Amino acid sequence: MSTTALDTSVRPEDRFISAFEVNHGEALNGTNASISKQRTDAIERFAELGIPTNNLEAWKYTDISSVIDRPYTLPLAPERPSLDTDDIAPFLIDDLDAHRVVLINGRVDEVLSDIGDLPDGVVVSSLAQAGSTHPDVVEEHYGKYADFEDEALTALNTAFVQDGAFVYVPSGTVVEKPIFFLHLTATEQDLLLQPRHLFVAEDGAIARIVEAQHSLSDAQTFTNTVSESFVGEKANLEHYLIQDQGPSASQVHTRAAQQKDDSVYTTISATFTGEVVRNNVTIEADGSFCESNFYGLVVGKDDMHVDNHTFMGHVQPDCSSNELYKHVLNDESTGVFNGKVFVSRGSQRIDAYQQNDTLVLTKDAEIYTKPELEIYADDVVCSHGATTGQIDEESLFYLRSRGLSKRRARILMLQAFAQEVIDEIQLDSLEEHVAERVRTRFSSYFA
Amino acid sequence: MALLEIKNLHVGVEDEDIKILNGVDLTLDTGDLHAIMGPNGSGKSTLAAVLAGREEYEVLDGEILYDGEDLLELEPEERAEAGVFLAFQYPVELPGVSMTNFLKEAVNSVREARGQDELGSADFLQYMRERADMMGLNADLTKRSVNEGFSGGEKKRNEIFQLAMLEPKLAILDETDSGLDIDALKNVADGVNKLRSEDRGFLIITHYQRILDYIVPDHVHVMLDGKIVRTGDKDLALELEEHGYDWVREEAAAAA
Repeated sequence: MSTTALDTSVRPEDRFISAFEVNHGEALNGTNASISKQRTDAIERFAELGIPTNNLEAWKYTDISSVIDRPYTLPLAPERPSLDTDDIAPFLIDDLDAHRVVLINGRVDEVLSDIGDLPDGVVVSSLAQAGSTHPDVVEEHYGKYADFEDEALTALNTAFVQDGAFVYVPSGTVVEKPIFFLHLTATEQDLLLQPRHLFVAEDGAIARIVEAQHSLSDAQTFTNTVSESFVGEKANLEHYLIQDQGPSASQVHTRAAQQKDDSVYTTISATFTGEVVRNNVTIEADGSFCESNFYGLVVGKDDMHVDNHTFMGHVQPDCSSNELYKHVLNDESTGVFNGKVFVSRGSQRIDAYQQNDTLVLTKDAEIYTKPELEIYADDVVCSHGATTGQIDEESLFYLRSRGLSKRRARILMLQAFAQEVIDEIQLDSLEEHVAERVRTRFSSYFA
Repeated sequence: MALLEIKNLHVGVEDEDIKILNGVDLTLDTGDLHAIMGPNGSGKSTLAAVLAGREEYEVLDGEILYDGEDLLELEPEERAEAGVFLAFQYPVELPGVSMTNFLKEAVNSVREARGQDELGSADFLQYMRERADMMGLNADLTKRSVNEGFSGGEKKRNEIFQLAMLEPKLAILDETDSGLDIDALKNVADGVNKLRSEDRGFLIITHYQRILDYIVPDHVHVMLDGKIVRTGDKDLALELEEHGYDWVREEAAAAA
């Protein structure tokens, strides 16, 4: 059985449960013991939790159940669409000299990938392959950071895991070139995809991972990604995500990272298109003197709905975290930002900063923003702020008084607003790529 | 023909029953430098704002002719293209807008309006360096976001630097001297003096006489309660410095 059409005559939860029962042990077989053994627990937990509804506080402003309740097909066996390098060319990033892995519908495509030479010991492959070549690494880290106990969609992903991206950077190793994962959907059918990624940077490792999501199709898709990262002692991992799958693609993207002592982890996302996009970003700083950075840019248009839901877990002392999410919302687009900072008892001397700024360009665009602080230590500095508004009139007048048209002045102000997040991108080629994408988008505004 | 002719200008605040200017008359010829002095709240800055095209003010009566054309018909950017420049009393910080990109767009939009070719990147950078050098502006400032983190003095110097970049026909300086230390004051005055020319008029709005020690005006006007109540030469500024505004106010009251 290469695909399973979901039975839409029953409630959505039951569709997945029966698809699981039919395929368990066959399409959902066990290439790796640690992946296999979590499946049954995960589907049981999914059955108990159910698909999140707006009644849950964490999903109050994002209706994911109506997006999931559609007649998708679950592809459960490798099926390679006939794509060649010309098809992927539009999605490559100019001047990005990288170890490139192309994933089509959640599976690594060996032909289109161009991994090149890697430093000794570094592994860049599919998760399925890593399950047999590096079972010990998978065993140690898989399913350890993205907890499915309270997350139905993580449970669903864990039950159905087949493939995804895998990176292993051994202790003390530097990967100079970025590792670029190009995630493409290519389908005539409406698909529900559940890629699973595992990124491991051991003690002292340094790496940059760039992920970009695009689509070659207008079919409706729902992608339920779970990505886990481990950042060992004194390691540094930068983790970028470009979300640009087009207006018929929805997704829940769970990005969970755990850090050890003296490490730095930075996650940056830029969301340009998507019907409903929900990002669950979780960082646990399980070591002292960690630095954790979250940045996000949402460029909303039409009726896009983008929800960034972040959790910063400070469970050890002497750490810092920085969080900045910016939205530019046009048309009838909606932005949601929820940022929770948790500081456990005994995690003293934490410095946590969080900011969410939004420009609302029309009366129909909306933003829901909610910071949450849960602090059990007494010697901490936690600050948060949120601003929502229009383009500053005084700044517009200043620019116009120097000869810029009202339209150019507004576009320049939008670019400037987005720039603060773009500036955090440390890879020049990627920074320019995102800046250009932002420029192009804003250039079509106010016409 | 005068460069600027303000006739019986009455101005209020949009949607509010407040009148600020009550019949201002002023004629400025090309090549001349006029100073308007007056106490706080006399309407000096409102006049500058109306000339630059700020939308929150409503012209209730009167007219402003610039080069013989109705200035009030023009949008702020059209005024800039026509050669009107306002040095802001409070220059705005624009984080994320680089000085270079901003000035390149500004210079090229003004050049285009004048029928000149746009400057390419290399030519523009050279032009910017020359002007920064001429104005004594720290070239590092041109590598930053517009006014972001600039000191008060740097912001004012930056206004004069932009004036030098855009080469307007009419430059209006709104309290450019306020809050400056002596070095910055001299630097700003020096910049203005370098930019004075036969084909450019200046209107300098100031509370104090001190900047007129360095920039010698052709004409000095005193504004009180939204009207120009006295006009003279540079000596009038010295008189005001010595005696304050009360005697002008008394004279104006007596004349009314």
